[in-house]
Amino acid sequence: MTLTITLAGRAWASEGTATQEDSATVAETHAATEAAHGEAATFPPFDPAYFASQLLWLAITFGLFYWFMSRVAIPRIAGILEVRRDRISGDLDDAQRMRDEADAAHAAYEHELAAARARASSIAQESGDRARAQAEAERRKVEAGLAARLQEAEARIDAIRKKALAEVDAIASDTTAAIVKELVGATATKAEIAKAVGAAAKRDEAR
Amino acid sequence: MANDPIHQFHINRLVPLDFNGVDLSFTNSSLFMVIAATGVSAFLVWATSGRGLVPSRVQSVAEMSYEFISGMLRDAAGSEGMKFFPFVFSLFMFILMANLVGMFPYFFTVTSHLVVTAALALLVFVIVLVVGLMRNGLHFFRLFVPSGIPIILMPLVVAIEVISFLTRPVSHSVRLFANMLAGHITIKVFAGFIVSLGAFGAVGAAGAVLPLLMTIALTALEFLVAFLQAYVFAMLTCIYINDALHPGGH
Repeated sequence: MTLTITLAGRAWASEGTATQEDSATVAETHAATEAAHGEAATFPPFDPAYFASQLLWLAITFGLFYWFMSRVAIPRIAGILEVRRDRISGDLDDAQRMRDEADAAHAAYEHELAAARARASSIAQESGDRARAQAEAERRKVEAGLAARLQEAEARIDAIRKKALAEVDAIASDTTAAIVKELVGATATKAEIAKAVGAAAKRDEAR
Repeated sequence: MANDPIHQFHINRLVPLDFNGVDLSFTNSSLFMVIAATGVSAFLVWATSGRGLVPSRVQSVAEMSYEFISGMLRDAAGSEGMKFFPFVFSLFMFILMANLVGMFPYFFTVTSHLVVTAALALLVFVIVLVVGLMRNGLHFFRLFVPSGIPIILMPLVVAIEVISFLTRPVSHSVRLFANMLAGHITIKVFAGFIVSLGAFGAVGAAGAVLPLLMTIALTALEFLVAFLQAYVFAMLTCIYINDALHPGGH
């Protein structure tokens, strides 16, 4: 304790009050202070007289304080924070769930839209195909009819031409006979006329 | 007496108690311990009485102090350290309140007495020692053997580590005690200058403005120190608890 006493004494002296060593001999002005304190001028924080009392009351107050903190105050604050954390995470979960639902609805909408679009385009395609097929069939029918009539007409033209050609020979023979009779005054036989006409026709063809 | 900067540290018996010659009186020191403890308790109960989902101002102060200490402890000692949360929280709040209450003029500062801070520091020291030995057994002494040290230096390093471990309660307690003591003495000395100068008439009164400004500045500083020392005490406690839980890993 000598260490603390000298330490305390020095502190005392530096503050201009009596040291413990001096206290007996020093001026009366300090006597009143000393008397008021009722004891030797030990630096109070190092005065062992009150150590036991301070330790006891520290143990009591800090012990009770610790008990109160751990049993009442801390659980209360922890409870409040817990509730808030739960609430916030619950709200976040709700928000997440709602967003998932919205996403799902959006996806379903997109899916529906795509399906409808596909159906629409397939219907358009189908009806287009059908119309085209119909038009094609129509065209074929008309073409077939036209071809048949063309063939018929050609056949008729052919027949007419054949008939006309056949008649040309007869006309040529008659004309030849008439010309010969007029020019020569004699009648040629049918065979001769036919022979001459045939030769003339051959000559024409050769030219 | 008004000018005596030491007077504020005197202990006075309020309710004398004597137990087999040992003085266990209820003193002004005891009174302010009770005030600090009940003050924090009452504040926390009052602040949390609303149990608001959206905290009021006082409730957010209570929550902030809770999260401040729990964050500090978790950072220092990991989630295992949270077992000691009530202890660290109590230490911090008790010291903070004792420091702050001591800032009132004529009030007693509990933490300006070495025996109080030493008791708290030794409590931490003993808890660290007991928990460290119970959890880790002899592995706790790995605390004194840092890894990656050449074998030749080992005895020296271990000796230094052991000494630094054993002096922890000293530095832990003296830091808080000395800060509170020195701060309060300094304020009181400068405040005493105001009165002394004021006695020298008009010139003295005009000159007394300087120590007055100094006193104001020191009072502000002391509020900071009151918080800071409570924080430092709690922070060191967290670090020491980490040593008890994880002696190998630094």
